[in-house]
Amino acid sequence: MKPPVPQEYDQWLEQLQTVDFVLTELQLYLDTHPSDPQALQQFRAWTERRRLIAGQFEAQFGPLEATGGARSLHHWDWVESPWPWQV
Amino acid sequence: MFTQQKRYYPYVSPYDPCAPIRQKFYQTPPELYLGFQPPGLPQYSAREALARGTLWPALYSPYGKSSREAQR
Amino acid sequence: MWIYQKKLQYPVRVSQCNPRLAKYLIEQYGGADGELAAALRYLNQRYTIPDRIIGLLTDIGTEEFGHLEMIATMVYKLTKDATLEQLRDAGLGEHAADHGPALFYHNAAGVPFTATYIQAKGDPITDLYEDIAAEEKARATYQWLIDMSDDPDLNDALRFLREREVIHSQRFREAVEILKQEQQQKHFF
Repeated sequence: MKPPVPQEYDQWLEQLQTVDFVLTELQLYLDTHPSDPQALQQFRAWTERRRLIAGQFEAQFGPLEATGGARSLHHWDWVESPWPWQV
Repeated sequence: MFTQQKRYYPYVSPYDPCAPIRQKFYQTPPELYLGFQPPGLPQYSAREALARGTLWPALYSPYGKSSREAQR
Repeated sequence: MWIYQKKLQYPVRVSQCNPRLAKYLIEQYGGADGELAAALRYLNQRYTIPDRIIGLLTDIGTEEFGHLEMIATMVYKLTKDATLEQLRDAGLGEHAADHGPALFYHNAAGVPFTATYIQAKGDPITDLYEDIAAEEKARATYQWLIDMSDDPDLNDALRFLREREVIHSQRFREAVEILKQEQQQKHFF
């Protein structure tokens, strides 16, 4: 049986969900407002922030996407961590 | 005053078998009014945006138990 | 193509084992105005909408799959480890006789999902009006679900999903405005 995720997991996950949500909102907005320079700039800034937070999250809790699954040469990371509906 | 909930007073017959609800409510959320969203609207902080489900206060539509209680 | 992200869009918490609520919530999984219908509707219409709107249909359709996963998580948590007696008492006996503990794409009354829930007319304005109506119908469904649920944690996630319907409706309404614009006019947006 896999051990439950550590307590910090929730906070890190919520940070990631927070930045991803801002990006989703801006993305839909830009779909109908493709030349709003302020929104474009904001989207770029949050994309960079997302990159950093996702990197830290993956280092601690495993890959968010299958392409990050082979960090170790000994086991396939992608299937190690629990799935979103399980945690 | 802008509200996201409107009320009406349905006809009550003396022959209605269920106890009458004299005021009924329906929702009129902000997308019915905003039109094409103007650029530069005020935004929530990122954390608050996630909690509310939108980045923009102008599009926030509260709904909860109180909306049901208001019908009693 | 699509790439899966191993996380939910929004945290889903459930306070009690309550299979009765799961029975209601399945409406948004495999029902007429549910998240599956939404995703399939938008991702199918995008092939015959003016280029200017394809991105919006693609992105909203994709977000709907994330919502489908949130609803599945709610149903999964509300029924996980429930006994067959509990499922039966919650009105899920008929479901369990066919599917056991599995989820299935049907509505709260057990009617299986059908493609007739969605439309594609190939007329841009008609399709967008259908999409706006679909978002408002999903919003109304979430309202009934919130009214019937007494699980405060679950309601938090349901309110999030209801608000997303508001945003999607707003964007589809903007898409209609874009298509209405006179073509020689300079776009102000």
